[in-house]
Amino acid sequence: MQVHITVNGIDHGGDVEPRRLLVHYLREDLDLTGTHVGCDTGYCGACTVLVDGRPIKSCTMLTVQADGSKIRTVEGVADGNQLHPVQEGFWECHGLQCGFCTPGMIMSSVALLESNSDPTEAEIRHGIEGNLCRCTGYHNIVRSVQYAGAKMRGETPALGVTAEASS
Amino acid sequence: MSTTSVMGGIVRRKEDPSLIQGKGIYVDDKKLHGELAAVFVRSPFAAATITSIDASAARALEGVHAVYTAADVRHLGPTLAQVAVGTLRPLLADGVVKHVGEAVAMVVADDRYVAQDGADLVYVDYDPGQAVVDLKEAFSDAVKVHADQSNTLLTWNGNAWWEGVIDLPDPSPGIQESKLRDDAVVVSLEMINQRLIPTAIEPRAVIAHWSAGYGSVELWSSSQIPHAVAGAVATTFGIPSNKVRVIAPEVGGGFGVKLNVYPDEILTCFASRELERPVRWTETRREAAYSSIQGRGWIGTATITGTRDGTILGYELEAICDMGAYTHNFTVAIPLLGLFVASGQYDIPTSYKLHCVVTNTMTTDAYRGAGRPEAAYYLERIIDAFSRKIGMDPADVRKANFHPPEAFPVQTAIGLTMDTGNYAVNLDSLLERVGYEDLKAKRDAARSEGRLLGIGLSTYVEVCGFGPSGLAGLGFSWAGYGLPTAFNGSGVVRVQPDGTCTVTIGTGPSGQGHETTWAQIVSDGLGIPMENIEVQHGDSLDSPMGVGTFGSRSIAVDGTATFEATQRVKAKAALIAGHLLEAASEDILFADDGAHVAGSPDRAVSWGEIATAAYQPHTLPEGMEGGLEASAMFSPSNATWPFGSHMALVEVDPQTGDVDLLEYWATDDCGNVINPMIVDGQIHGGIAQGVAQALFEEAIYDSDGNFLTGTMIDYALPAAESLPMFQLDRTVTPTDVNPLGVKGIGEAGTIGSAQTVVNAVVDALAHLGVEHIDMPLRPKRVWQAIQDARG
Repeated sequence: MQVHITVNGIDHGGDVEPRRLLVHYLREDLDLTGTHVGCDTGYCGACTVLVDGRPIKSCTMLTVQADGSKIRTVEGVADGNQLHPVQEGFWECHGLQCGFCTPGMIMSSVALLESNSDPTEAEIRHGIEGNLCRCTGYHNIVRSVQYAGAKMRGETPALGVTAEASS
Repeated sequence: MSTTSVMGGIVRRKEDPSLIQGKGIYVDDKKLHGELAAVFVRSPFAAATITSIDASAARALEGVHAVYTAADVRHLGPTLAQVAVGTLRPLLADGVVKHVGEAVAMVVADDRYVAQDGADLVYVDYDPGQAVVDLKEAFSDAVKVHADQSNTLLTWNGNAWWEGVIDLPDPSPGIQESKLRDDAVVVSLEMINQRLIPTAIEPRAVIAHWSAGYGSVELWSSSQIPHAVAGAVATTFGIPSNKVRVIAPEVGGGFGVKLNVYPDEILTCFASRELERPVRWTETRREAAYSSIQGRGWIGTATITGTRDGTILGYELEAICDMGAYTHNFTVAIPLLGLFVASGQYDIPTSYKLHCVVTNTMTTDAYRGAGRPEAAYYLERIIDAFSRKIGMDPADVRKANFHPPEAFPVQTAIGLTMDTGNYAVNLDSLLERVGYEDLKAKRDAARSEGRLLGIGLSTYVEVCGFGPSGLAGLGFSWAGYGLPTAFNGSGVVRVQPDGTCTVTIGTGPSGQGHETTWAQIVSDGLGIPMENIEVQHGDSLDSPMGVGTFGSRSIAVDGTATFEATQRVKAKAALIAGHLLEAASEDILFADDGAHVAGSPDRAVSWGEIATAAYQPHTLPEGMEGGLEASAMFSPSNATWPFGSHMALVEVDPQTGDVDLLEYWATDDCGNVINPMIVDGQIHGGIAQGVAQALFEEAIYDSDGNFLTGTMIDYALPAAESLPMFQLDRTVTPTDVNPLGVKGIGEAGTIGSAQTVVNAVVDALAHLGVEHIDMPLRPKRVWQAIQDARG
């Protein structure tokens, strides 16, 4: 089937098998391997991308279902060489260890902060509950999102390596 | 980017820029020209005879290149194991299957979709037999898992296997006599330490490329032990190990599941050789759950004999430990690791008997902690029960039995030697920080209002940093894979001609931040900025002869090797700098990307200038060899023994049985700390996995051996909302086993936490008459325990 999908601002068109999962289209046809596959039931969230602004598990969406949509992946959140505040937060606050869940976690966090710029800890934990991390116990992921929230609100984050090194 | 590199400093990780931008390369991200994809056909039966396999329809499908069964690969032998006690796993099931999920056939096709289509067309006829799943039933040997072989592979009881390697202690040092004393109090509990699925978020993946022209093979595998895998490939195919390159690129979590050699690693190499194309396989989540190793799975009875003043006269542990159907890497040695720390922090006579028993289930092997969480669970649960029985505070009972600091080095119950410890200081530090007395008052006040609050405490000792070369004979080597190397550490430090630095290490990290921590060690030694140091690992040919990352061993062993190599480079660089500056080498100091003469910061040369001289030998002191690199191998004299104390506050909802983990504190001691941020991160993740065992996770087989927890929905992993923030602190008791004074931290959080949470829940319910609830403490089970206690 013919599809036309915009990914990270670039238009893509072509013929895909109807059964082809969106995550395989992104990873194998477009070489955007930052989106990961951690399960096959839409539970782990490593494959989370934003489809028309909403976080979607791309392992449980068919490519043809995404026809006509605008998709953002982890490769598309930075502004050129300028990291997105969420990416910066994960780096500053040790929000990742093995890094495998990180792209999906970042996309869910971006979606959360774009809809709620000042979430409480409970709201952050709820906002990323669709993304599993086995390394961090979520402690530093929560802090990473808090850092990013502060940054996106124009505040100077009180968390993170830079803040701790200067204190 | 922070360039502060001093050891003990917090620096942002060097690993992260690529990972947060989705630019890290994991195995499944690697593409090779002309690659094919494999899918396995797996057994739906736990015990069955294969009566026929019809692959003709699959072979006829367009895009399918081959379907392999046992007949094609039998000549290669079984999947190799390090500790080869028991039945090794066939590469593909040969006439019989022994657990659900066992691979029966491999289909290789143009891509994974077609391979799956082909797998659906492989028709296998089975004649089902009787499966043995229940551990006590298996131990009775009424039904055999493997014909003509006892289900009990061996029993660790102090008289097995290591005889002649270490001095054997008395297997039951006076404990039975103690029970006869008039003032003896005996407390005993049977407890289950349930099976778990390690669940790295990255499923395992491999891609093999056999080069007929060069007679060599390159295998990318998401492995913690690339060197061992290379040895297994070489041994299996009868080629030299220098013809096999195993690369572990970014590895998306390990926790032990990637600390094994698996059939797929061998079979993709085989298929690539046969088909002369690269062959890839990536496991599904269900496969990750039921055909990669699982962990834990013990049922056992712990008994304490003591007196009412808190003195423990004896501790006994007898358990049946589930090995699953086949033996993998360390399988039967995992309970042994538990025995290493059977007595925990306590100076108590200890007796143990651990039966390693096979069942018709997936193999168990090392899962984070590997035997040590099980050991800590039984000991710390029964100490709590003993404390309650004699009416003493559980913290006081523990303190009454600690090894005192002056006792170190301490001989353990199993005959090993614990390096350093300062247990009472560590526990007191925790109790003070928590405000233990106030916390107990808060609990009691809540209880008087009808709320069920509970406080749980546990101490633990870990044993890690493997290992001493002398333990090679106990299985601590890769001899099973044709590489008879002890668990040494290795590191190569090279200053490049431009003054930057390359560090190559023999570890196989999967998120532990080695690139950052190792750069800190080297930067601290040489004064080369962090950003000018590149750390490489995970290549069985390009890395120095390495052992991998597991058992919290990397920093104490490989970190030390890199430290030693750094010292050697530094010594040579001091001679070169002294020559260039016309000063004595002993007066040369390294800092700020160069060297200067002590007391004369203006008399300085940069690392670039030192390196340039090193690679232009005519400028060096007469007779000095060119180049500026050193390698080191470190074999420690002993393992290291981290320790700590954990505490939890929970509230149980009496209406639903739901457990709310309100607060969690941990005071761990891993000796000196190189990067506190990374160490804390390891503890966070470790605690999360222990809490998850206590409250959520359980790998379940039914009585016929059907696997019931094959998705992340059935297997309850903790999400962000399941856990609180963790409140950490540390004491620092350096080891004398290595010059860095570091012990290791990868598993400590897991070893300390499950029983901390269970102790807290039982504390909340004890006044109702609840003595014990088996993990996981899901609401239904807790609610039922409350109902049962109330009668």
